[in-house]
Amino acid sequence: MSTSDQNSSVETNATSSSSKPESPNADLKLDFASFWDYSSAPESSDNVEIKPSYGHFINGEFINPVKGRTFSSINPATEKVLTEISEATTEDVDKAVKAARTAYNKRWSTLPAKERGKYIFRIARMIQERSRDLAITESMDGGKPIRESRDVDVPLAAAYFFYYAGWADKLDYAFPGRKAESLGVCGQIIPWNFPLLMLAWKIAPALATGNTVVLKPAETTSITALKFAEICRDSGLPDGVVNIVTGAGQTGSAIVNHNGIDKIAFTGSTSVGKIIQKSIAGTDKKYTLELGGKGANIVFEDASIDQAVEGIINAIFFNQGHVCCAGSRLLVQEGIAGKLTKKLKERMETLIVGDPLDKNTDIGAINSKAQFERISEYIELGKAEGAEIYQTKNGLPENGYFCRPTLFSGVSQSNRIVQEEIFGPVLTIQTFRTPSEAVEKANNTPYGLSSGIWTDRGSKIFNIGSNMDSGVVWANTFNKFDPTSPFGGYKESGVGREGGLHGLYPYVNLV
Amino acid sequence: MSNRIDILKTYKTYVGGAFPRSESGHTYALSNKSGKTIANVCRCTRKDVRDAMVKARAAQNGWKNRSAYNRGQILYRIAEMLEGRKDQFESEMELMDIKKKIARKNIELSIDRLIYYAGWTDKISQVYGTVNPVASSHFNFSIPEPTGVVGVIAPQEFPLLGLVSMMAPVIAGGNTALILASEKYPLSAVSFGEVLHASDVPGGVVNILTGYQNEMIPHLSSHLDVNGVYNANSDKDIRKLIDENCALNIKRRQHITDAEWTDSNQESPYHIMDFQEIKTTWHPIGV
Repeated sequence: MSTSDQNSSVETNATSSSSKPESPNADLKLDFASFWDYSSAPESSDNVEIKPSYGHFINGEFINPVKGRTFSSINPATEKVLTEISEATTEDVDKAVKAARTAYNKRWSTLPAKERGKYIFRIARMIQERSRDLAITESMDGGKPIRESRDVDVPLAAAYFFYYAGWADKLDYAFPGRKAESLGVCGQIIPWNFPLLMLAWKIAPALATGNTVVLKPAETTSITALKFAEICRDSGLPDGVVNIVTGAGQTGSAIVNHNGIDKIAFTGSTSVGKIIQKSIAGTDKKYTLELGGKGANIVFEDASIDQAVEGIINAIFFNQGHVCCAGSRLLVQEGIAGKLTKKLKERMETLIVGDPLDKNTDIGAINSKAQFERISEYIELGKAEGAEIYQTKNGLPENGYFCRPTLFSGVSQSNRIVQEEIFGPVLTIQTFRTPSEAVEKANNTPYGLSSGIWTDRGSKIFNIGSNMDSGVVWANTFNKFDPTSPFGGYKESGVGREGGLHGLYPYVNLV
Repeated sequence: MSNRIDILKTYKTYVGGAFPRSESGHTYALSNKSGKTIANVCRCTRKDVRDAMVKARAAQNGWKNRSAYNRGQILYRIAEMLEGRKDQFESEMELMDIKKKIARKNIELSIDRLIYYAGWTDKISQVYGTVNPVASSHFNFSIPEPTGVVGVIAPQEFPLLGLVSMMAPVIAGGNTALILASEKYPLSAVSFGEVLHASDVPGGVVNILTGYQNEMIPHLSSHLDVNGVYNANSDKDIRKLIDENCALNIKRRQHITDAEWTDSNQESPYHIMDFQEIKTTWHPIGV
C-alpha cells in the first residue's frame, strides 16, 4: 500500500548474520535500469475539474472572502497555478465559527446519534465514489506520487470516516463509567503533507462525537479540502456542521484566538504547536497537538537485512519524507553497518523521482518552494557539520521542486541534522553496539512520535519497544496507518491521540 | 500536665528518599490562629525544584519498569502505614487549627483513596488498552504508559487528602512526582513524606517541597525536564502562567477547579489517564 512494502519479493532468502546461510544471490545488486527503461505511465487529469477560484465554505455554501483577498495554489511539479484560493481574515473566521455554533445548537447536538452517524457514513461513501478525482487533485496540488494518493491517502481518508461513523451511537461503550458529552465548536488546522487524510483524521472523530467544525487546510494544499466541502454539501450534511476556511498562518491564528472555539486540534510543526499552546493559555479551550518528529529506525544485527532496507526506504522516502513520523534517523548495529549501507545506497538508486502523476514514480515533488529551500538549507548544513553526503544519481525533471534521496553518514548525535526535523527525503545514519546504546540514542531528541525496530527476536522487540519514548512503534515494518490505530506523540511531538478509540477522548467531556 | 518539655519537630522536605532542608536555608514561620508559631517550614526555591527534579527523573525509569502488581502493593503499603499513624496526622492537623472530626474524616478518606488507586495499577492497561483490528496484515495494540515526571501543585485546603488524591493517580500510572505542598497547611505533607519513606516507595518517586507556591511554580512549570503539570492552585494568573510555561516543551497539564476532595467522584481512572501516553505497536503477521 505504500511506496515499498516490507514484504517485497526480492528478499525472501534474506540473511544477515554470518550464522545464517547466505543466499547465492546475496551480493547481487538491484539493477533495473540496465535491463529495461520505464515508459511513462501518467494518470490522466482530463476529467478532473479544478475551478478557477474557490471561496470559503461557510454554512453550507461557498462564499467570497469579506476582504476579497486571494492567493494562488501552485502545482509544485510544474510550478503552474492551479487555482485561486480565498484568504480568510478574522471576519471570515468569525462567520464560520458563528455558523458552526448555530449548527451545533440548532441541529447537530439535537440530532439522534444514530442519524448523526449516517451522515458520516454517507461522507465516507462519497469519498470512495470520488476517489479518482480526489487522488489526482491531491497529487497535482501537493506533489505526492499518484500511486500513494490513490492507494494510501484517499482510501484511508474514506476509512477514517467509515470507522468513526460507527462510533457515533456507541460512545457509551467507549468511556466506561462516564458519559461522553460533545464540546461544541472545534477549530482544526491541518498540514500540507497529507491534506485530505489529515482532514479526515480531524473531522471524522469531531463529527462522530457530536461537535461541529471550522477547518483550515494548509495554504499550499487547499483544493481537496474544498472538494471535501462539496461532498459535505452534496451529502446533505446540515449547513454549518462543517465549515472550511482557507488561508495561511494568520487565518490559523484567528481560529485559535476566537472566543467561540471550544477546542483546537492542530497538526503541524512543533514550533507552531508551542505558539498555539501559549496562545490559549489561561482559557478553557481544549487542545490536541500532533507535531513534529525525528523518528529513530533501529536495525539490529539479527534483522533480515533486505527486509530492513525496504523498511528504511519506506520510512524516510514515503511521501518525499514529508511525514512527521518518518524514520529519519537510521541507527544500525555496528556489525552490519557496512553491508546495510551498501544495500541501502543501491536500493536508493532504483527510486524514481519524477512526475507525481506518473504511476511509476516513487518520489514526487517537494510540496512547495519554501519547503524545497528549507530542505536544501539542511543539506548544506549537513555538509557544513562535516557529515558525509550520498545522493542518488538519477535524473530529475527540469521544472518543479524535486529533491534527490539523500543519505548522511558520519554524523554525531548533537548535529542539527540529527536533532531537527528536516521533513524531506534526507536520512542520517548512525551506528550503535548495544541495545541500551540504541535506546539512548533513539530517545535523545525532544521529539517522541515514532520509532522502528528491525530484529528477528520477539523478546527484543518488546524490550526495545517498551523503552522507546514514542507514541508509535513499528516493529519490522514502518509508516503504517489505520483508522483503528491511535497515533500521536510523546514529549514535544504533541498531546493527545488521533485514531482508534483513544482518538475519541479529545473531542468529549466526560461527566 | 507533666513537667516534661515537648520535643518539637523540625519539618524538612522529602526529596530523593531523604529529608533535606531547603538549599538556601530559608524558612517561613507557620502560626496558628492564636498567633503562636507552631513550626518553621522550609521555604524552597528554584534550586530545590531543580534538585528534586533530578531525583524524580532518576527514579522514573525504575518506577515505570516495576510490575504493575508491585506498584499496587507499594501504594497499598502507603495506606497501611498511614492507617497506623492516623493519630499523628490528626493531632498535627489540630495543631494547624483543623477540627478533629474533619481531620479524622480526611485522613480516613486519604487512606481509602490510596487503596482505590492501589487496585488500579494492574487494571488500567486492561481497561484502557486496546487491540486494534487494522485492515492490513499486522498485529496492532495500544497500551497506556506513564508520561514521565509530573509536577503536582497541591491545593491549599485539604492538606493531606488533596495531596494524596493528586499524587496517587500520578504514581499509580508509573510516573514520578514532584509535589509542591499546601503552603497554608504544610505539616501534613512533610509527615506524609515520612509515611512514604516507610512504605517501600523507591526514593525519588515522590518528592515533596514546601514553601511559597508562587515562588516555586514558575520554576516547576518552566523546567524543560518536567513532562506534565497537575495543578490545583486556583489563582487565575498563576494558571495562565502555568499554561504558558507548559507550552515551552509541550507539557501535559491538568487544572483542578474547586474540587470537592471528599467526593467519591475524585476517585477515577480518568485521573490516571490524564498522565498516560498511549503507545501503539505494530508488527506484521506472516510466516
